[in-house]
Amino acid sequence: MSSPLIQLKDIHKTFLASKTLFGENKYVHALNGVSLEIQSGETLSIVGESGCGKSTMGRILNKLLNPDSGEVWFENNNITNYTPVQMRPIRKKMQMVFQDPYGCLNPRMKIKDIVGEPLLVHTNMSKKERYKTVIELLETVGLNERHAQGYAHEFSGGQRQRIGIARALSVNPRLIIADEPVSALDVSIQAQVINIFKRLQKEFNLTYLFISHDLSVVEVISDRIGVMYLGYLVEITTKEKLYKNPMHPYTQALLSAVPIADPTHRRERIILKGDIPSPIDMPKGCPFSTRCMYAKDECFQTIPKLLEVEPGHKVACHLKSS
Amino acid sequence: MEEVKMQEAKYEDFKIENPMKEFARKFLKKKSAVVSLGFIFFLVILAIFQPAPYDIDETDYDNILSEPNSEHLFGTDEYGRDVLSRIITGTRLSLSVAVTAVTIGAFLGSILGIIAGYYGGLLESLIMRFCDILFSFPGLLLAIGIVAIIGPGLTNVVIAISIYGIPTFTRVIRSSTLSIKELLYIEASRSIGVSDTRLLVKHIFPGTLPALIVTYTMRMGTAIISAASLSFLGFGASPTNPDWGAMLSTGRDYIGVAPHMLLYPGLMIFFTVLAFNLLGDGLRDTLDPKLD
Repeated sequence: MSSPLIQLKDIHKTFLASKTLFGENKYVHALNGVSLEIQSGETLSIVGESGCGKSTMGRILNKLLNPDSGEVWFENNNITNYTPVQMRPIRKKMQMVFQDPYGCLNPRMKIKDIVGEPLLVHTNMSKKERYKTVIELLETVGLNERHAQGYAHEFSGGQRQRIGIARALSVNPRLIIADEPVSALDVSIQAQVINIFKRLQKEFNLTYLFISHDLSVVEVISDRIGVMYLGYLVEITTKEKLYKNPMHPYTQALLSAVPIADPTHRRERIILKGDIPSPIDMPKGCPFSTRCMYAKDECFQTIPKLLEVEPGHKVACHLKSS
Repeated sequence: MEEVKMQEAKYEDFKIENPMKEFARKFLKKKSAVVSLGFIFFLVILAIFQPAPYDIDETDYDNILSEPNSEHLFGTDEYGRDVLSRIITGTRLSLSVAVTAVTIGAFLGSILGIIAGYYGGLLESLIMRFCDILFSFPGLLLAIGIVAIIGPGLTNVVIAISIYGIPTFTRVIRSSTLSIKELLYIEASRSIGVSDTRLLVKHIFPGTLPALIVTYTMRMGTAIISAASLSFLGFGASPTNPDWGAMLSTGRDYIGVAPHMLLYPGLMIFFTVLAFNLLGDGLRDTLDPKLD
């Protein structure tokens, strides 16, 4: 197997929650030792509920945030301690698409300038060449030259998200980090945008890190899926294995919540009790132990490691590893 | 992998409301601001063309301190010079002092504010404490102090008013920068790899423009009052110059016999400052989307 395009090694990230004069400061544990790798050309989806550290991970990959510990590797280079100036050529190769299509475009810039900005920063193209490229990009995502002169507020959510995608594509990146790119859109528009993502992957040989909380979206686009819970990666495997044979109790619960378009189909819905624990006061043992129906003594004492239980299927659960 | 079947939505023809048009539509609803803008426009015309009926130094010793009449609409002063002509000619002086002083203050203040807001940390503390020091003096007193140090004269008045305008702009632009730099499109630009300089100039600065324009307009009124006050106190324009403040100052000696010497320059200052303040209010209401 070729070396992965991007690798996270044991990433920890905490945010200061409250400062106290005496005693210890309180921290939000956003990521607790997350390791994963993404192969070139594949789509890895990360799912999990709000606040589980998905977006933080995306931002660390792009170095918008620095991890507290751990390493980020991109194309066999350790970029963990790169300065913003060193990061610039790397950023050319990994672009982001954001969740909020309304907020991620500068309201005071024309679309042609927004889409052309990465070109301006990373290439020496003349103004004319840039404009030509921008039009081509807009056409790739189903917009046209007429739209180039507009401002962001003139477009619908789906159109804006496609503008965001065109911007991300402009410098021929290898990796696109898509942070909930469709969750702010209507279902019909979601399908449209996902189709664009899929088509572009074939056309430009892109690698995606697709962050989402919507399992039905993830099923369409992913090759592999990672499930996160409370800052831990609890399960990661191929899409087929995850949907057929989910091993982690949390994944099972998540999957049982996905609606199936068949009124005659009956299945057992796993209803989780209680709330997700606070990421400030983490459970001592397994992060899921407070809500897990199978939890045994061991689960409350030690944190399970992410282990490969069968080829290409990693789970962090005491029940499966023993 | 199955393809999601979905008809591509038709791109409906989008009606663009040009941001400038929208701005104009909202602004025209603000009557007082529109009238003020008209008055300021009128002042600018006066300043440029100076349609004064008499030469400002033309003395008429037969008509010293004469009351307003058909020949001298605003009367004459102690040398028989036409007050109206001096007021009209003085428009240029007053406006140019105010514009220069506020522009310099806005320029320096914005740079400091944007740097303080964006970089934060020690730099921000230093800049903001410097502003607090400037703020701790009553405005006019600071200007008088500066003039006292660097000496009287119009240029020094401009310098003094610029310096005491800096902290206002720094605070406004800093708070504006603080809110803008947290916006998603700034993070998006950073993820693209945009340099700090470009980020500040192309993305953050345009966002602070509404606040800057409003503050600029508001400061114009204050600057005109300050310049007039300094001239009145004898720190600014010399009495030979047709400065509104200086005219007030000389008129003070004749308040009993020729009140028109005070009245008209005073009214001029009053209306000019009022116009700038009302315009500033109108602009703030129009440019601040939170009030919609």
